[in-house]
Amino acid sequence: MEHNTQFAEVTHAHAPSEGTARIWKTFWILLVITIIELSLGLTMYLFPAMPSWAHLFIKGVICILSLAKAFYIVSIFMHLGDEIRNMIMTIVVPLMLFVWFIGAFLWDGNAYRTMRNRYDKYKEEHTMERPIQKGDTTQHGFGG
Amino acid sequence: MATTATVTKTNWWNGGKSPFNVEYGKLMMWYFLMSDSFTFGAFLISYGTIRFSTNYWPSPNDVFNSFPGFEGVNLPLAFVSLMTFILIMSSVTMVLAVHSGHHGNKKGVVKWLSWTIVGGLAFLACQAMEWTHLLTGEHPVLIGNQLDVISQTTRMNPWGQHVDLAAATSALQHTPHDVLVKLVGLHHEVPQQQLAAMTDEQLRGMINVAELHVRETGPVAFGGFFYGITGFHGFHVFSGVCINIAMLVMTTNNVFERRGHYLMIEKAGLYWHFVDLVWVFVFLCFYLI
Repeated sequence: MEHNTQFAEVTHAHAPSEGTARIWKTFWILLVITIIELSLGLTMYLFPAMPSWAHLFIKGVICILSLAKAFYIVSIFMHLGDEIRNMIMTIVVPLMLFVWFIGAFLWDGNAYRTMRNRYDKYKEEHTMERPIQKGDTTQHGFGG
Repeated sequence: MATTATVTKTNWWNGGKSPFNVEYGKLMMWYFLMSDSFTFGAFLISYGTIRFSTNYWPSPNDVFNSFPGFEGVNLPLAFVSLMTFILIMSSVTMVLAVHSGHHGNKKGVVKWLSWTIVGGLAFLACQAMEWTHLLTGEHPVLIGNQLDVISQTTRMNPWGQHVDLAAATSALQHTPHDVLVKLVGLHHEVPQQQLAAMTDEQLRGMINVAELHVRETGPVAFGGFFYGITGFHGFHVFSGVCINIAMLVMTTNNVFERRGHYLMIEKAGLYWHFVDLVWVFVFLCFYLI
């Protein structure tokens, strides 16, 4: 506690942890998650013939694993998990804006792609792996 | 201590104390990092928007597949894995420095802070090598009806879709002399002057079109986003190294010992971990998916 006597506003503090076991445990968790992410990424590379939904699924898993890594870094390394609830909330709640931010803009990008594919015939012929066939609605996405 | 004697719950909003129970500097560092995360978030999301708006995007396994010292060997994601490992490791040494600071252990702080600085510099060196490799790489591409040799810049991307053999062979007939010299140079160890003196027919005879793996040009936005975002992250790493060096000098000059606490190291640590945190998402967006 002695290191907090300088600050009147800090009225309650945990004694600093004695060992470094928790730090090293977190390191191993981060390392293992990274290795899993890499092996998933290489799986997509080695098996390019997988159906596109399988690729999408693997990418989703990698995103979730990255969020887990972010949680461990912020909670353990940055010690946010050891702060009081008010402190955690003042940081985490504003970050909820990212839910809208990511969703809205990716939706917008997809809508733009859909429109271009429909109206810009040059793009359709020259940049699509599988050009839209007449009557095919699966390529139109949810934005257009 | 009062808290051990009574069981009454602390009401943080009653006044007289910080409702967040941290000192001013640390709270402001957290708010700065939160705003910085929105800056990085905006960059990465705009990258995602552009990527979602195109039908084709290069696979990271094709773009990032080389390792210094292993020229010509296909090692997808190997070098960037090393960079990730270096950054995670330096995050661990930083948290160990903060831990030593909590215990007032000056020697421990100096030791772990030094390793963190070494890790940061190693990461920056790796990034410099990666950028150099991309900017100076030579890749055969089909532009119009002729072949060209280009590198990854903010204006050009050489990782479009593969061109079939017939189209590449016919494009070879329209390819000018200087490009033919470059194309032969990709697979033959012949002095430049000697190649330049040869006729177009001789040069074409030396080119195995299948071996070239000719591609179309890829999305132009790739380079701008890649160099912009990894550059902005690298700038954060660089400033983090500078901050850590300042902390190291202050520690060795006993500034924190006189002050009675090492809380400044904690704030520098928050910044350094944030740099690692951002890399998790840069790694995700550019290299993994």
